[in-house]
Amino acid sequence: MARPAWQRALGVQRVAFVLLFLSTLLIVIPAVAIIGTITVRGMGAVSWEFLTTMPTKGMRAGGIFPAIVGTLELVSLTVVFALPIGIATAIYLTEYATDNWLTRLVRLAIVNLSGVPSVVYGLFGLGLFVMFLGFGTSLLAGALTLAIMILPVIITASEEALRSVPKSFREISLSLGASHWQTVRHAVLPFAIPGIMTGTILGIGRAAGETAPILFTVAAFYLPRLPDSIFDQAMALPYHLYVISTQIPNIPASQRYGTAFVLLVLVLSLNLAAVILRARFRRRRQW
Amino acid sequence: MVSEAPAAVTMAAQQWSVWYGTVQALKSVTLDIRSREILGVIGPANSGKTSFLRSLNRMNDMNPAFRYEGKIALDRQDIYRELDGQTVRRRVGIVFALPLPLPMSIRENILYGPRLRGERNRARLEELVERSLKAASLWEEVRDRLDSSAMKLSGGQQQRLCIARTLAMEPDVVLFDEPCSGLDPISTAKVEETMVQLKAHYTLVLVTNNTKQAARVSDRVAFFLMGELIELGSTEVMFTAPRDRRTNDYITGRFG
Repeated sequence: MARPAWQRALGVQRVAFVLLFLSTLLIVIPAVAIIGTITVRGMGAVSWEFLTTMPTKGMRAGGIFPAIVGTLELVSLTVVFALPIGIATAIYLTEYATDNWLTRLVRLAIVNLSGVPSVVYGLFGLGLFVMFLGFGTSLLAGALTLAIMILPVIITASEEALRSVPKSFREISLSLGASHWQTVRHAVLPFAIPGIMTGTILGIGRAAGETAPILFTVAAFYLPRLPDSIFDQAMALPYHLYVISTQIPNIPASQRYGTAFVLLVLVLSLNLAAVILRARFRRRRQW
Repeated sequence: MVSEAPAAVTMAAQQWSVWYGTVQALKSVTLDIRSREILGVIGPANSGKTSFLRSLNRMNDMNPAFRYEGKIALDRQDIYRELDGQTVRRRVGIVFALPLPLPMSIRENILYGPRLRGERNRARLEELVERSLKAASLWEEVRDRLDSSAMKLSGGQQQRLCIARTLAMEPDVVLFDEPCSGLDPISTAKVEETMVQLKAHYTLVLVTNNTKQAARVSDRVAFFLMGELIELGSTEVMFTAPRDRRTNDYITGRFG
């Protein structure tokens, strides 16, 4: 005898639940596997010496100091370019722009920029900054390329942060005789800063981890010294990892895992900082 | 209280009409506001009273759908043609319906306007804080915690802070947009008392949904209905012998 309909429905529900749960579980597996493997195999390779000395023996031994410094310099310079432009754009879009064809075009551009594959940014940077503008393979060219890549992240996060400031703050400020700009500067921006910072840190995390955009624009295969100006090449962690993993034979695995571990810790701690900042801000805000 | 009285200022609306998009909110309102009086503005929802109030200090400018006809004068100057919005808002302050301090300290809330106007003199700023808080009857309650967050004050205190914040700009005219709608009766009484005291030095316009409040504090009352000014007269006459039947119906609670 066939089971009644309600029992069948219950069975279907159970199956659906298990499938949904397994799918969710599936996302945890790669995260744990990646972080676990790299931590277990890479942590041992990391020492004070590994972090603070130059590579030796054709990068088969020694430290990754120049790659760490290169990445930090690259990322700092990226922020210097991306942050002012990103915030300015977000302010314009949320506080000044009216809905017209130009605004819609800008928004379309932002959405599209965030969908461009990172290797395309690399080639774009090579064409525009390295060759056309003559910056050569340099920190400057790399940082500008990365800045363009993370601009959509910063703009979107900043816009969201600005929009979350209550409309009444703007009205109050204007009613107290403030100009439009004074209102943005004193009654809107201060309350949007935490949100903007969160977005910026997420952008930095992305910039620190990308390989393709820096491949043709800044990264040096091996540089026996630190870069001495923004027109100099630099080593960077993601590219260094790529090089020692694919281009150099007979290299001890500990070098690779150590480098991967350092990169992972850098990017994950940036993301963690963003999460903590956001949580603290939400708890503390008073409106 | 307030040491130096601002110059007595009058305002006047002449055939003032307002549209939001295609919807007309005010229909050719002509009305004068006398120096150092409290003009009560009453009327049911959608009568145009708030639109009228916000016209008086150009708070409608930010609404892209806002359109107007006619003229509003502040001391004989046309505020829409001869003055810019920022200047008008500095001279005509407004207290909103909800007590909304900015999430800053009490002191910073009060000094927001004066600082942006360019006042840098410490002593003068300190004096402004004290004077404005006293004028808004809040000084005694907050004098020893000026640097604590304004968000920690009670609703009634917050609203009096908002009044103090508006007074700190040293405006000529102060507009009140249903300032007690979110307050309990005791806080309401305090705010009303404050308004009556302010009358000695300022010109006040009070929009209220509470006809009894209008009766208590206004010198004259204007009754708006569906965007039209139906009747304007002294409070006594309006509440005892209004000329228009609709005014009578409204104040006796027959509609609205």
